[in-house]
Amino acid sequence: MKLNEEEQDILAGKSGPVPQQALQHQIKVGEFFGAEDLVPVTQAHLMADTESLGEAGVRWLEGLAATPDGQRRVRIPTITDPRGTDFAKADWLGQTSAMLDLERRAISAFEALGVAMTNTCINYQTIQAPTRNEHVAFGDTGVVIYSNSICGARSNFEGGPSALAAGLTGRTPRYGFHLPEMRRATLRIEVEFTPTSLNGWGALGGVIGRIAGNYWAVPVIEGIEGAPKSDQLKHFGASMASFGSIALFHLAGLTPEAGHLSDVAIPGLPSLRVTRADIDALQRSYHTDDGVDVVVFSAPQLSLYELSDLAELCEGRRFKVPLLAVTSPQVKPDADRMGYTARIEAAGGHVLSGMCFYQSYAREISEARGWKRLATNSAKLVNILGGYGYRPMLASMEACVDAAVSGKLERT
Amino acid sequence: MSGKIFRARHAMGRTVRGPALVANDGFSARYDLDRINGIFSRPSHKLAGQSYVGKILVLDTAKGGVATAWMLHEMTSRGIVPLALVFNSVNPILAQGAALGDVPMLAGFDRDITAAIASGAEVEVNPEAGLLTVLG
Repeated sequence: MKLNEEEQDILAGKSGPVPQQALQHQIKVGEFFGAEDLVPVTQAHLMADTESLGEAGVRWLEGLAATPDGQRRVRIPTITDPRGTDFAKADWLGQTSAMLDLERRAISAFEALGVAMTNTCINYQTIQAPTRNEHVAFGDTGVVIYSNSICGARSNFEGGPSALAAGLTGRTPRYGFHLPEMRRATLRIEVEFTPTSLNGWGALGGVIGRIAGNYWAVPVIEGIEGAPKSDQLKHFGASMASFGSIALFHLAGLTPEAGHLSDVAIPGLPSLRVTRADIDALQRSYHTDDGVDVVVFSAPQLSLYELSDLAELCEGRRFKVPLLAVTSPQVKPDADRMGYTARIEAAGGHVLSGMCFYQSYAREISEARGWKRLATNSAKLVNILGGYGYRPMLASMEACVDAAVSGKLERT
Repeated sequence: MSGKIFRARHAMGRTVRGPALVANDGFSARYDLDRINGIFSRPSHKLAGQSYVGKILVLDTAKGGVATAWMLHEMTSRGIVPLALVFNSVNPILAQGAALGDVPMLAGFDRDITAAIASGAEVEVNPEAGLLTVLG
């Protein structure tokens, strides 16, 4: 890879061992993908829940944090994805003191590195959305696909170690979606039905993710009616990224790079049709039981509008099974001020902050609380939780709230 | 099939030899694995119930989220980890995870590598030369 003078100095250790190690990691990854050079980035977003880090990852971070001050801090705004817990609710979730200790150690190490603990996977709604052509190094796949597709920013999936490296060096290897030619569509999807519910948008994203199938695929989608809302596209993108490892899509006539189909697609690109039956089939395939042990709204964290809708649905209800709504630390104080938290809790629900359900020791929570049959309106969550020993079921927010009241999920 | 050689376009890490565990399916450390016991745990995965420890995993593509970037490092620290990863295509997360976790990796072949290698075959992964060799 071509390195400029400043980068050569970093690599030679002139800024200390932490940026040096970060750049070595970036060169390893960059050379693997044939990157010619590094591109400056303006923001980094870092996924680092302790379930993924483990003891080994936390020790590795502590090693970086032990470097003398002045040689270890990030150079650009570097923020975090959800943590592995909400400390205020950890006992109720059945999380152990060992999990919380690990979490505290990780937080201390990140703070020593200058990382801002925003603990959110909806930073494009709560912190600062990137702008068109802005090169960034974002973690959480839902954040990357939204930033690339809806904002027109440029990011690859940057896992925790690479996002941290980008924070420490202020740059990232130029490959993948930093290159204009990689952002062109590789397949066309004609959608015959535009969902309205969040679970419907998530299911549509899941269907397209499965069709597109791998990271380098870029679907351009035609046939969407009206102007989808941020929360709808949030569920759509997060699910597509989860089901298919997709990092970029275009909506013809809607998203910034696809004003016209021909802006992103060459003539004769293969085209596939997605019908309402495909969307319904994906949802029905998860409906494997009528009983429900727990209801979870999470993945991505809920916006203020989603919490407002949920609070409305909780009015006058009394839950038989636990209901969890997970949001970001930026949204939670507003939900408290607006009275949404109180209304959800009055029905017996719980509003959690700064975590995300699947990043918070979901398997151990299942064992501690006896939760197996889980209803949610998040297609991303149902895709993930099968591997964690759950029987996840996908339904609308309304049907999930009804299930919390009755313990039964209605079939649709 | 012994002696057959396949060239990879992308390669990283050191040379290793071991038994191949092959399936035409995807891979995500978070979605697919019981990382404590070292087995594929996602019921719908084609390798569900099988141990990946010490195996050279030959799979189609990387799936899912960013967690694998940390998890390979954590799995390596406990020695409950695949010996190497051989994929038709990978995403950045898998490459970043292999770099941090010191797991040798090959990706990008001229044919479907999951159809070319028999599960259980002894293979050599040589990233420096970018070669996958069937030993027997």
